[in-house]
Amino acid sequence: MSGESAEKPGTTSKGAKDAKPRTPAGGRAEPGADGGALAGPLLDADGLRVVFPGRHGAPAARAVDGVNLSIGAGEIVALVGESGCGKTTLARALLGLVRPTAGAVSFRGAPLSYGSRALRAYRRRVQLVLQDPSGSLNPRHTVYDAVAEGLRIHGSPGDERAAVASALSRAGLRPPERFFLRYPHELSGGQRQRVVIAGALVLDPQLIVADEPVASLDASVRGEILALLLRLRDQLGLSALVVTHDLGLAWNIADRVAVMYLGRIVEAGPVEQVLTAPRHPYTKALLSVLPESGTEPVVLTGEPPDPARIPGGCRFHARCQHLASGAAASAGVAAACRGTDLPVLPGTGTGVACHLTASRAATPAT
Amino acid sequence: MTLLDVRDLHVTYGTGAAAVPAVRGVDLTLAAGQKLGLAGESGCGKSTLALALLRLLPRPARVRGEILLDGEDVLTMSWGRLRAVRWAGASIVFQGAMHSLNAVHRVRDQIAEPILLHRLETSQAAARRRAEGLLEQVGLPAARGGAYPHELSGGQRQRVMIAMALACDPRLVVADEPTTALDVMIQAQILRLIERLVAEHGIGLLMISHDLAVLSDTCDRLAVMYAGRIVEEGPAQRVFTAAEHPYSGALAAAFPTVGRAADRRAPQGLPGDPPDPARLPGGCTFHPRCPVALETCAADEPRLREAGPGRRAACVHVDSVKEAR
Repeated sequence: MSGESAEKPGTTSKGAKDAKPRTPAGGRAEPGADGGALAGPLLDADGLRVVFPGRHGAPAARAVDGVNLSIGAGEIVALVGESGCGKTTLARALLGLVRPTAGAVSFRGAPLSYGSRALRAYRRRVQLVLQDPSGSLNPRHTVYDAVAEGLRIHGSPGDERAAVASALSRAGLRPPERFFLRYPHELSGGQRQRVVIAGALVLDPQLIVADEPVASLDASVRGEILALLLRLRDQLGLSALVVTHDLGLAWNIADRVAVMYLGRIVEAGPVEQVLTAPRHPYTKALLSVLPESGTEPVVLTGEPPDPARIPGGCRFHARCQHLASGAAASAGVAAACRGTDLPVLPGTGTGVACHLTASRAATPAT
Repeated sequence: MTLLDVRDLHVTYGTGAAAVPAVRGVDLTLAAGQKLGLAGESGCGKSTLALALLRLLPRPARVRGEILLDGEDVLTMSWGRLRAVRWAGASIVFQGAMHSLNAVHRVRDQIAEPILLHRLETSQAAARRRAEGLLEQVGLPAARGGAYPHELSGGQRQRVMIAMALACDPRLVVADEPTTALDVMIQAQILRLIERLVAEHGIGLLMISHDLAVLSDTCDRLAVMYAGRIVEEGPAQRVFTAAEHPYSGALAAAFPTVGRAADRRAPQGLPGDPPDPARLPGGCTFHPRCPVALETCAADEPRLREAGPGRRAACVHVDSVKEAR
């Protein structure tokens, strides 16, 4: 596509390391292959905490309460959890939209700096795709303006028209010229979401953070948008962090999944492992209530507690089905569940934060 | 007698050249104690159908056909009779509990309102006591009745909506996307609650959703709607796992089963978008998106026809499929 070469002059900004040619279409990009030698993860959160102070003497809300999470080049990670678990705050912290109270976010090994110039450069590389395309598009801007806005904000030189056309066609709106002068209300929900994605792609990011990318879309359109995210990864090596409450979505597109509960990641690992052989009781419960799960549903009572009042010990213990059934007590860990906090899981590989699972792993005979 | 019998229902918005057909000839039956799921995407007419059942549509909508509730036609009822039937004969659990509850009244008083209107209790105090009893039935402590809607979580608000729908012991409950905005665990809680209440009270349930997986898990029978018509109907599990109509099949495939190898890294969608009711394609309305369309599909709109025991589907392929077996 002609637009691809025309856009390159615009991307030579931050150091020789970033001035890489786009991975050619077709053929999956090798993880770590784009941008030269990248040994570590693309984006990394280390001991991240985000605390919102309470108002009028209320206790502070620990929205993100110690999280390690790494996203490798070309990797799709699903961050799964219920509303209020802190997944959106974590995503915002990874984007530099919220300054963490403790811990650090680093991109390609370098810690994020929060100066406005540095953040602007960072946001070329890491783009946000919002949940509701009807709300995130300005109804009075044409598709062309919506997609070109990022280029204008970043003052990208080069052929704007070609860049917009290329981004639209990569997002699956073809031929792109037909969409230039359309307004959001003239488009269907799926097309609007593609416009939002094109707005992210136009800056040639290395990672996109998508917050519930298909939650507001019709069922038959949902699969098309997810297939687009997969294709962008395969063709451009684009990494993604997908924030969702939908485990089916994780099974559909993600490589790795991290399950978040009340500010912490309680279980993480490859999708096949976590979703077919879950080890944390919370993950087990989430999977058991899916239609067609084939297992006896474990319907947890109540709702996740307030992040301003995180219980001591294991933060899940008040709703834990293993503690309630006495399984934890017979394994001799009930006191630990109620009183001993669990270590923060590592950002890569597999892990589960559960006293019972840990005790079973120590004595495999039971 | 069937509880609900909808015959050849048409709903049109606007008139003349600007007329938009939202529901185009729907037949449905539902017996007491039965759960019927109505699936479809936005714009297919499923919410219009729900509102039409209790004559809740705004004036520009024109409704034609018959809606027999316990043998009595809702469309020809007097206003007085209709007022008696709303809440007591049939009630609706609307989607989006935040917008359906009154923000400036305590939830207990909102539940008590229909109880007083229908003279099930004559004093404020007795109606409130009854409302608190309903709250306990839906799993909320009676003391929460003093709360305003914004003080409750999404799941709790949905429970209040359900308590309100049950306030006058209706025979039929229509639940329009009752769990759409909720998390999976809260959704599971609400679905179990609805199932329990339907079984305990012998209510007929019409549940409307875009989520075929949830409907097939909860309901006995399923009807799939596309562009204002029912394109497939049958036992819920059979429709979900072995659809006869290509649209039902695509809708079922859009909800992946975690753990099934075929769904892994293979999200399945349907090219194109649901049609605009103002500009419906000719012939079978699904043919522009249909993976197995024939040339004749652009010309003739198929009617619902027999597709196995207790099943009907509106697709030209239905007969050929049966012959091949």
